[in-house]
Formats: sequence, structure tokens, C-alpha cells
Amino acid sequence: MKKTIITVVGKDSVGIIAKVCTYLADNKVNILDISQTITGGYLNMMMVADISGSDKDFAEISDDFAELGDNIGCVIKMQREEIFDKMHRI
Amino acid sequence: MVNINEVLETNQMIEKENLDVRTITLGISLLDCADNNLDRLNEKIYNKITTVAKDLVKTGCDIEKEFGIPIVNKRISVTPIALVGASACKCPEDFVTIAKTLDRAAAQVGVNFIGGYSALVSKGMTKADENLIRSIPQALSETNMVCSSVNLGSTKTGLDMDAIRLMGNIILEAAELTKENDSIGCAKLVVFCNAPDDNPFMAGAFHGVTEADAIINVGVSGPGVVKKALESIHGEDFEVLCETIKKTAFKITRVGQLVAKEASERLGVPFGIIDLSLAPTPAIGDSIADIFEEMGLERAGAPGTTAALAMLNDQVKKGGVMASSYVGGLSGAFIPVSEDQGMIRAVTDGALTLEKLEAMTCVCSVGLDMIAIPGDTSATTISGIIADEMAIGMINQKTTAVRIIPVAGKTVGETVEFGGLLGYAPIMPVNGFGCADFINRKGRIPAPIHSFKN
Repeated sequence: MKKTIITVVGKDSVGIIAKVCTYLADNKVNILDISQTITGGYLNMMMVADISGSDKDFAEISDDFAELGDNIGCVIKMQREEIFDKMHRI
Repeated sequence: MVNINEVLETNQMIEKENLDVRTITLGISLLDCADNNLDRLNEKIYNKITTVAKDLVKTGCDIEKEFGIPIVNKRISVTPIALVGASACKCPEDFVTIAKTLDRAAAQVGVNFIGGYSALVSKGMTKADENLIRSIPQALSETNMVCSSVNLGSTKTGLDMDAIRLMGNIILEAAELTKENDSIGCAKLVVFCNAPDDNPFMAGAFHGVTEADAIINVGVSGPGVVKKALESIHGEDFEVLCETIKKTAFKITRVGQLVAKEASERLGVPFGIIDLSLAPTPAIGDSIADIFEEMGLERAGAPGTTAALAMLNDQVKKGGVMASSYVGGLSGAFIPVSEDQGMIRAVTDGALTLEKLEAMTCVCSVGLDMIAIPGDTSATTISGIIADEMAIGMINQKTTAVRIIPVAGKTVGETVEFGGLLGYAPIMPVNGFGCADFINRKGRIPAPIHSFKN
């Protein structure tokens, strides 16, 4: 399993999560967990996903997300889980 | 499993508070390149660096992308060249050929600086050491990425006053040879007392002779993150202040540790140390001086600054040590003037003087750093400033350094622009009373006694 954290940050609008999830399904990325908050009309979404089943590698998916983010007016980032884990856990 | 608040906090640090890994520095031993034929020596050096470091920049960029953390610099440090070139170089010009080789190798692998054009002369100079030192101005003016350092003293050996006297002239000469670019040669030259073997930061990085063949050292940063954390506890007591700094330093350092381990694994090079440093940049919000202001000082340099810095430095170490398996290098808060917006403001407003900076270096890493002074400052006065700073390091068993720029053709009231991470600086006044008769004495200042501490 290759766990990554996907974050989507931007102004809330209809269909953001749908578009992100469609991309993930098309590219065989399995979603393990989703959480989100909306404050002042802004969406903060975090997904824990497993990319080990995907045909694309980390860099390709990451670039695709940057492009998708531009199209839907959000910032979409994918990062390996360890950076959060190391920073917040002893 | 990580939760959304932790993820948002980390990303806020990276995106809004300038959290980054300041440098991955690959230390490479060049001892096995030594040869008595200069051409062969240069060839071996070029081949070794371009072989060992060929994947450094790509690996750094890959890690950057996968973890979403900027790694600002990828650099190389090498064995002090005075040792490597000792048998081949008969004059300063011979050493300059090695500087050019280092520059070429650095360009080939894509790093932005290569350190180690250095001599270790804490007790005395060999002929090779002296030739290397005399070649520094030309070497720095004819290369772009080479950084130079000279260790002039230590707690165990005392201070080499002959070398300190020589360095006053060398710094002036380096300023003169690079006067077209605001004497930038001096920004790539630093002198030390108690220089560490595993420092990843430039201009002082070199790969010490006590190190393995190759090693990965990482320097972390994050003054903006500390400042932001302190904003959230505005007006609280010292206990809360210290705990907050410690926790923040822990988080920053853990990122450095992660990056270092990852780089080490991918490059197949052992992990050396994390340098626990708060290194500012000229970017707004990435300043040590801003932290002082948040703590309650009107400007950096106001009474209380030395105490604030001592506390900051100590808490950064206490938080950072827990977060990393090996700590080394310079480890502490850096207070370079030109690279820190808040420090520049403090100098411009008249709050911060050279003398106060010297006092501050007693309690932090590293020393008088990136300070522009008038170009007509005499060599002996520069040596006097260096001797003072080295004495602080020698007596207090700590690393101290001087990276001072006597800007050719400019004087107090003017500003110099170095560009990029090196920033810009107002030229600071220097005490006008002379010290020539003291500096012109020959010999050494003996090592200090380690008892009767007062």
C-alpha cells in the first residue's frame, strides 16, 4: 500500500468532490478516508488514498491534479503521508 | 491516522509561513583524489564529484514533489582543498585551477553552491594553506558557485593571529576583485573559530577529514513558523513562550529528518546530521528579527535582544534534538543582516549596531554574518573584528564566524544589493579607532584555560 494525502482547497462549488473522485476512479486510486470542512464558503477537503493500484506514478498523478485544480478553481495537492505523520506523531 | 487539522497545519506552514528544508548538502571526501600532478588531480576531483553527486539534484526535486515541501538548495561540500591540493599546488594560481574545477563540477551536477575551498589553520599554516588563502580572492572572483572558508582558531589550539592578520588583507582583496558586483566575493567567504566538520550551510560548509567518504547533511529552517506560533500566544509568560518554541522546533526538525533519511536512502549515502537552524531569508515573514519583535522588543538590537536570542536558540535546540537522531553542524539561530528583512530594518532605524551584533553572537550560532561595512575599512581593523569574534568562540567553546563585506567604493548611508538569498544591506559604521599595533604582532594567542570560569 502506498498511502498518500490529497488535499483540495478552494471556493466551494457544485461538483468539486465528484470531479476529483472521478479522476481517482478512472486512475484506479483507492480512497481510504475522506474528511472535509467548509468555512466561510471555502472548502478544505482531505482524502487518504492508496495509489499502489494505479498505472500512473506519483509524479504523473500529482501533475494531473495540478491541472485538474486549475480547471475547477481549487488547489489540489498530493503528498506522501509520512510528512504529516512525522511532524505530528512522536 | 493523520487528521485534517494536522494536514492543514502542515500545509499552512509550508504555504504561508515559509517552512522549507533550506539545504541538502552532500559531503564528499576528496582525500583519495590527492596527486602530485595538478592536471591529474583536477581530473580526479571532477570525476569524483560528478559521479558521487550525479543524482543529488534530481533526488532533491523528487522528494520535494512527493512530500510537498520545498527543498531550497542542493549543495556539495568537499574536503578542505588546502589538504587535497597540498602536494600538487606550488603557488596560489595552482589552487585557482582547482576552484575552477569545483565550479565546473558544480555546474555539471546542477547544485547552486559548492563549499570546501578551505584551509584549517587554527594553530599554524603550512605552505599549502597559505597558498590557498592567498588564492581565495582570485578564486572567488573567477568562479560563481565556489564558497571558501578558513578556520582560524579553536578552543583547543588558541587563535592563529598570523592567519587572522592575513585574512584582513584577503577579505579586502576579494572585495576589490569583485567590486563590479558590490564585492560579492566576500559573501562567499567566511572565517571560523571551532569550525564544524559537518556544517551543511554555506559559505562555511566543508567535508571534514573526520567524516566518511560521502555523507548527507540537512539544514532546516522556519523562522516564519516560529513567529506565527508565537503570535497565537501573544503576551503569555516565559514558560508558555519556551514550550511553544520547543514544540514548533520539533515539528520543523522532523520534516528535516524525514527528508534527510529519504535522501540518504535514495542516494545510497549515509545520513550524517540535521543542522537545527532557524535560517532567515530576505522574504517577508521569514525573519529572526520579527520573532524578537513578536516577543516584545521594539526592534532587534534593543536592550533584551541578547536574552531573547539566548532563549530562542536554546529552545530551538531542545525541541530539535528530540526530533532528530543525529544533530550537528552549526545548530542555532542565524542572524545574518542582509538576509533578514527585520534585521535590515533594525540597522536602518539605528537600533542595531556592529557591537550589539557581536554581543548577540555570544549566545547563538554563528557569528557576524553578511554585514556590509565601508570599503575603506583598513585590513587591520577587519582583522581586529575577526579576532574579537574568534576570541568569543575560543573562550566559550562554541563555533563563531565572520562573513563581512567591505564594499569597495561605498560607505555608511549607502546600500548594497547582493540578490537572491543573500539579500541587501545598509552599510554599517565601524569603530574608527585603530588596532594596527595589536594585529601586527606576530604569532598566536594561546589556548585558554578551562577552569576558573568567570
